[in-house]
Amino acid sequence: MSKLSQYFSTRSGLQSSILPFVVILFVATLGCALGNLLFAPDSLFYVSTYTITLLGKYLCYAMLALAVDIIWGYCGILSLGHGAFFALGGYAMGMYLMRQIGDRGVYGNPDLPDFMVFLDWQEIPWFWMGFDHFWFAMIMVALVPGILAFVFGWLAFRSRVTGVYLSIITQAMTYALLLAFFRNEMGFGGNNGLTDFKDILGFSLQADTTRVALLITTAVVLAALLWISQLILSSRFGKVIIAIRDTEARTRFLGYRTDRFKVWLFVYSAVIAAIAGALYVPQVGIINPGEFSPINSIEIVVWVAIGGRGTLVGAIIGALLVNYAKTRFTAIMPEVWLFALGGLFVLVTLYLPKGLMGLYSQYREKFGPKPTQVQR
Amino acid sequence: MSILQYAAELKRRDQVWSFMQDPTPIDISHQVILYVEGLNVSFDGFKALNNLNLYVNDGELRCLIGANGAGKTTLMDVITGKTQCDSGSVYFGQTLNLLERDEAQIAQLGIGRKFQKPTVFEAQTVFDNLELSLKSNKGVLATLFAKLNAEQTDRIYQVLETVGLKQQCFMLAGALSHGQKQWLEIGMLLVSDPRLLLIDEPVAGMTAEESERTAQLLISLAGQRTVIVVEHDMEFVRSIARTVTVLHQGSVLAEGSMDEIQNNQAVIDVYLGEGQ
Repeated sequence: MSKLSQYFSTRSGLQSSILPFVVILFVATLGCALGNLLFAPDSLFYVSTYTITLLGKYLCYAMLALAVDIIWGYCGILSLGHGAFFALGGYAMGMYLMRQIGDRGVYGNPDLPDFMVFLDWQEIPWFWMGFDHFWFAMIMVALVPGILAFVFGWLAFRSRVTGVYLSIITQAMTYALLLAFFRNEMGFGGNNGLTDFKDILGFSLQADTTRVALLITTAVVLAALLWISQLILSSRFGKVIIAIRDTEARTRFLGYRTDRFKVWLFVYSAVIAAIAGALYVPQVGIINPGEFSPINSIEIVVWVAIGGRGTLVGAIIGALLVNYAKTRFTAIMPEVWLFALGGLFVLVTLYLPKGLMGLYSQYREKFGPKPTQVQR
Repeated sequence: MSILQYAAELKRRDQVWSFMQDPTPIDISHQVILYVEGLNVSFDGFKALNNLNLYVNDGELRCLIGANGAGKTTLMDVITGKTQCDSGSVYFGQTLNLLERDEAQIAQLGIGRKFQKPTVFEAQTVFDNLELSLKSNKGVLATLFAKLNAEQTDRIYQVLETVGLKQQCFMLAGALSHGQKQWLEIGMLLVSDPRLLLIDEPVAGMTAEESERTAQLLISLAGQRTVIVVEHDMEFVRSIARTVTVLHQGSVLAEGSMDEIQNNQAVIDVYLGEGQ
């Protein structure tokens, strides 16, 4: 029995490994928020609103990386279409923000968003109904991508599509949505997308306080999702998921309907991506079909690979670092960035198969305090 | 049944409540637990199984032997739902048609399978491997909120003892030796408390001592469970087998005790004769 208690203590040790990260995240977020609100622009401690928005954007990307890590790192399903769920969540939020504009648009039409007036539409299409309510939009943020993921996953996993074939059809899915959303007739603003937002829940999106509030919300949601994901993946459900990743046939012969486990994990992951999209749109102020582009989805995979897949925190760190590097490098030499990203991916796959988190745990094993060995 | 009768039924202390009983009891009133009749499987014109008939009694330890390509593994694939057959029938007990169930459902009925190559969850501990194999509700929600109770923990330790992996309890399964993985996989079957065990080449790659222990384990299992073993190692088969079935080109060539098989002219011609 003492062995058993050791076993559970090692497990709870695993769970607490997200704690340092969450603390750092909250301290950094709070620091930036106070720096922006309390200090004058010429002070040393001042954090510009531009930085606040940038940080919020990074945290949304981090959430997206978390979603991909859950499905790829833990279940071995390489989804190259998670950008689609992100964008759908973003569009749902964008539709709410569009309805909030009211008659302050360029055409001053109180009933129709600008692009519909431009297209000479007379009334609002049925699928825009209800989006003037915040709660309805929030339900749609989770529901629409969730249902898409369910139907897609159900069809794919039931017919036992795996590996590279699955990656290709997820890629095809996001590409199909890209083409669809480019069409004006779809009613989502065509290639311009949705933009020119004014306020959210009655607060002006231009105000510093709103920006800071959005950043803090994003950080809190990210920490909450990280914690929930950690709980789910350390339950027996999580063990089944890892078992499916390693040998799906064995798992099936133990009596688990692996397709159902995969579908529900896929839906969960898609909803996280959608929430990330919904938080992204009010901060960057635009959502357009470009978010569906396949290259975006591939980039997410690169973030996760660099951070270390199957580690949750690693994926988040990967997303933050790569995006910071992207902001820096594209300012200096924009044309080199994609090559640098590709090169980074190749290097990481060759020399750091477990990503930066793998490097960290290697370092800890070598130089850090030795963990008490259990029955070696 | 009236409510009163139902209540009286609930008050009986000599049996488990009816709604808690196994919903699909296995009907073995004729002592036969597995019926395989007229089974045909072909892959691109190659007949892997050819009108195969096999009956296995409850509690029996049966050995399947046969040259490579005789259809032993294909037979296991059909029984466990991995491969679809062209024609024939496979029944578990009198009533349960295995051909209309998928792998997971068949496993939940209590048919456990060990693969030829040891397949364990290498990224997880030995303990976790066994926890996943426990006989429990395997639904998505039930798994999400599953907690090990004391009884299950005891069961896991009991099996760890049986397969001799108590020392390695918290090691990653990937770090085990080949023989230990074979044992872990057998342990994963045992912990799920199956009625029928299908074991594909249990002693491949084991030392003489290890295979002797495996033989003892399998013999001790027979009686309470039905065990079907596929094996190439004739020495091993001789040490465990009561009844041996010889497969040849997808159908049963001979069946009987080891001595009968060894003196069977047809078997000598196609199988045992090869070595001489």
